[in-house]
Amino acid sequence: MFASEGRKKALTVVLMVAPFVIVYLIVFAYPVYKMFALSFTNAPLIGDGQWVGFDNYIKLFSQKLFYTSMWNTGYFVLLSAVPNTLIGLALALMVVRLEGRLQSLVLVLFFIPYILPVSVVTTIWKWVLDQQFGIAQNVIQLFTGHPVSVFRDPIWAMPMVAFVTIWWTNGFNLLLFIAALKNIPKDYYEAAALDGASRLQAFRRITWPLIWPVTTLVLTLQLILQLKIFDQIYLLTEGGPFNSTYVLLLLVYREGFRLSHGGAASAIAVILFLIIVAASVLQYQLLRVRRAS
Amino acid sequence: MPGRAIGNSLLLILTLFIAGLWAFPIYWAIITSVKPEQDVIASTTFIPRVFDFSSYYFALFQTNLPTWYMNSVVTSVSVTVIVIVISMMCAYALSQIVFAGRRVLYFVILASFMVPSQALIISQFVLMQKLGLINTLSGIVLPQLIVPVVVIVYKQFFDSVPKELREAAKLDGCGEFQILFRLYLPLNWGITTALAIITYIMAWNAFMWPFLVSNSESTMTVTVGITQVDDAFGIKYARDMAVAILAAMPVAVAYLLFQKRVTQALMLSSGIKG
Repeated sequence: MFASEGRKKALTVVLMVAPFVIVYLIVFAYPVYKMFALSFTNAPLIGDGQWVGFDNYIKLFSQKLFYTSMWNTGYFVLLSAVPNTLIGLALALMVVRLEGRLQSLVLVLFFIPYILPVSVVTTIWKWVLDQQFGIAQNVIQLFTGHPVSVFRDPIWAMPMVAFVTIWWTNGFNLLLFIAALKNIPKDYYEAAALDGASRLQAFRRITWPLIWPVTTLVLTLQLILQLKIFDQIYLLTEGGPFNSTYVLLLLVYREGFRLSHGGAASAIAVILFLIIVAASVLQYQLLRVRRAS
Repeated sequence: MPGRAIGNSLLLILTLFIAGLWAFPIYWAIITSVKPEQDVIASTTFIPRVFDFSSYYFALFQTNLPTWYMNSVVTSVSVTVIVIVISMMCAYALSQIVFAGRRVLYFVILASFMVPSQALIISQFVLMQKLGLINTLSGIVLPQLIVPVVVIVYKQFFDSVPKELREAAKLDGCGEFQILFRLYLPLNWGITTALAIITYIMAWNAFMWPFLVSNSESTMTVTVGITQVDDAFGIKYARDMAVAILAAMPVAVAYLLFQKRVTQALMLSSGIKG
């Protein structure tokens, strides 16, 4: 009786857990293992290769495009993660002051780009920024005096990709900041007002310390997210002009899918993987500090 | 304090102005799509001179858009249903049943948050090739089925269901599957719809993987397919915008209908209780 109870329970657990675990092992765990394994071979994209030890890594570190991509990835993260966090905070401070329906409406206006597919976002911005007919060229001309083909200019390209990325994703940051701001009890501000605190003082003494944890959360989420940039770059610049927007994932794509160097591509993927694990550990530590305090 | 009142109104105006500016590219895309092609580049009018829907006609009847739409619907609905069902069952077992390896499984799932799926494209592609799934809808769906955060969110919600309910159901002779689907699922219906909508939006919007795994127009999803339109027909901005708007429609509608749920799911998956 008890034995069959136990067997029944075991069967139930297996039936419940197996679908997830099997899919996990096949399309997740195995590819993680395979990524490492491939990176030590000279395999083409399709087919087997031979063990070559650290050759792929050594070659990589002597390749100029690798350093360019590393540098550009860092540059992009800096251009997107930090401003995206600050803009999200600034907008949240403005939106949170609104009330009722007006607030919901404004929130929708800021948030709607976030749910658009990336190719829709890039299609829209290619039109808005079109060198000849783009409406945004009117604004650009205010600064430069002439229209600029922004995605074909090595100086403009990366900042503009970052700009489009911020427009696309800021809604999410805004949402997190608004949630945090709404959690601050109103009486804090009332007390501060009674004490004659100015708006700036109230922000520095109440708002800032209380939303600091969310700020670090948003910043590290952004950091991890933007290290994985591929879609917008591929659709807007394809890494150009003159490799000025070449990033790590684009290099993985190039080595793997364009040049059919499965092994070399995996080596780059491993490096990206390690960078992201490091960033995630950093985030985990920051979150733990936040929970503890 | 009249100074503060004026400051408030100025801030309000500034906020509305920025919000309008922020949404302007979308407005611009919409009105471009309903202008005749010659008007698009001839003048900068903020309201179309005439409304011309020929770009939509073109997008719907002279491109592969209907096929891409079908592919997107089939793949995103499959991803959503499968992710929800397998994650929910796994989370229920993790939350409510004591079994060997439970803690290990939980930590493995937590640790996989750190793995960027983008780093796996080469090995996943090799795998799909071996399975013969390149250029198939299954090939698009499969690697999208593991969303660790859905399991974690479900587990948290299941953990907070009062134990007495489960005990009572057990006394009534319910099995674990019955308890999950008749008791825990209805109790967590809100979070289920939230997670389903967000999974659907993510699957509809997925770009990199569908782009890599499908290179024939018959298996592309909308998100990938629309990047092919201008290659084939040269730059026609009204058409491009009509195509883009049609591609975004299913997620835009889902978001507008379920705003609160989308927000809730995003908050939960970022670790902030909504």
